[in-house]
Amino acid sequence: MTPEEILQNLYDETMVGNGPAVIELTNTGLEMGMDPETLLFDALIPSLEEVGARFERGDWFVPEMLIAGKAMAGALEVLRPLLAAKGTETIGKFVMGTVKGDVHDIGKNLVNIMLEGAGFEVIDLGVQVSPEKFIAAVEEHQPDILGMSAFLTTTMPMFKANINALEKAGLRDKVIVLVGGAPVTQEYADAVAADGYAADASAAVKLSKELIAKQRAALALNA
Amino acid sequence: MQTILRSQTKTVTIGDDQPFCIIGERINPTGRKLFQQQLRAGDLSQVLIDIEEQIAGGAHVLDINMGVPLADEPALMAQAVTMAQEACDLPICIDSSVIEALEAGLSVYKGKALVNSITCELDRIEAVLPLIKEHGAAIICLTNGEEGIPVVWDERFEFCKRLVDIVHGKWEIPLEDMIIDALAMPIGAEPQSAYHFFKTIEAIKDEFDLNTTCGASNTSFGMPSRHTLNGTFLAMAAGAGMTSAIMDARSEECIRAVRGSDVMLSKDEYGINWIGHYRPPAKV
Repeated sequence: MTPEEILQNLYDETMVGNGPAVIELTNTGLEMGMDPETLLFDALIPSLEEVGARFERGDWFVPEMLIAGKAMAGALEVLRPLLAAKGTETIGKFVMGTVKGDVHDIGKNLVNIMLEGAGFEVIDLGVQVSPEKFIAAVEEHQPDILGMSAFLTTTMPMFKANINALEKAGLRDKVIVLVGGAPVTQEYADAVAADGYAADASAAVKLSKELIAKQRAALALNA
Repeated sequence: MQTILRSQTKTVTIGDDQPFCIIGERINPTGRKLFQQQLRAGDLSQVLIDIEEQIAGGAHVLDINMGVPLADEPALMAQAVTMAQEACDLPICIDSSVIEALEAGLSVYKGKALVNSITCELDRIEAVLPLIKEHGAAIICLTNGEEGIPVVWDERFEFCKRLVDIVHGKWEIPLEDMIIDALAMPIGAEPQSAYHFFKTIEAIKDEFDLNTTCGASNTSFGMPSRHTLNGTFLAMAAGAGMTSAIMDARSEECIRAVRGSDVMLSKDEYGINWIGHYRPPAKV
């Protein structure tokens, strides 16, 4: 295979969620001396972006997104140490969790998979995450974005409690706060003063990229 | 095991010798922006439209949920329950994660209501069960706890055992007033989820003979042709022993699936009800 064929096959096999083929192609590419960044930015990420676009148009469905994301995650496991050694900057760092009182995690996990597929580093705190745990994770990992998920109208108020806790800890302006979950709306996100709301996994990836780009541009301007 | 629900005038029995009980789920503003705005403005007209559609579709019981963020949910629940009881004679399933809304709904309800729901979480159990006892209601119990929703069937069944110990053993709620929700999960996110669901239902039936239910529409989340998948799931779950479901009675495919399961499971002998529903127009 030529490097071009590797990239094309990697793009195609990721899109259809063929995990074993994606890992094999990644390894073959590396053995051929291809740059891990090339594999990531010229095949894997564009493939997942296309999956996300198809999903958003309603042409593709959740399981297709899920298996593509999982296939990509397999390749990332191979690439991550190489990228880290090269000092490649990740697209962004995410701390994610389902709020206290809530055990629903299917939607959150889908968002995680798509974020990782897009090149984000995701630290998943799981379900029933207390304000203290969110604060500790933000302090420890210093993420670009804190993502909170709630599936119940009774647990949604934890968004506000967590945002208040961030303020109290002096961390609110250090991190972008995104919220989501079945009963959550843009209106509600605004009411609790979150920085953003996304309705599904694909929208969450798009919004995260936008907000990080905006923040980095603002930082560059101030510097 | 027979679970009896009542409105002012009508009795509905859930049990494995009864037709599958359709608990109409649509009276719920979650994900409906316009409906939410109306409810916040105190306009409950959509509630009546939803009720009519669920009844027309074949619902036996109406699930009412008034979960609107940033609204007075207890007041809305009391109003909606009163409206529903004036508009129809079906028993009601009072559905809320807010204790005060359950209380408000139960306090105006005439008859024997179903309440949706508790899990193995003790705080909530201790808040909800006194209401169930006071009003003599039946309760839907979800097979999960604080740690999350278990994927495999035997862990879910463990939660069912714990629920029986607490709800029946400690709080002395009659077993027939417990309906276990074995948690239908999206098949598109976890390919084994339906298998584990059916196994949970079978285990509950074998060990306790309790009535069972689920929110059936979850199954098809993220998939095309959702009604067909939901209907397939419902018929298979009925085959495993599930006796009711919280489902959208507007879905012709789901309704036909559960009515078909009644024929197959000898709950509708000779398919007489089926024929009554689907007899073609007479030729003379």
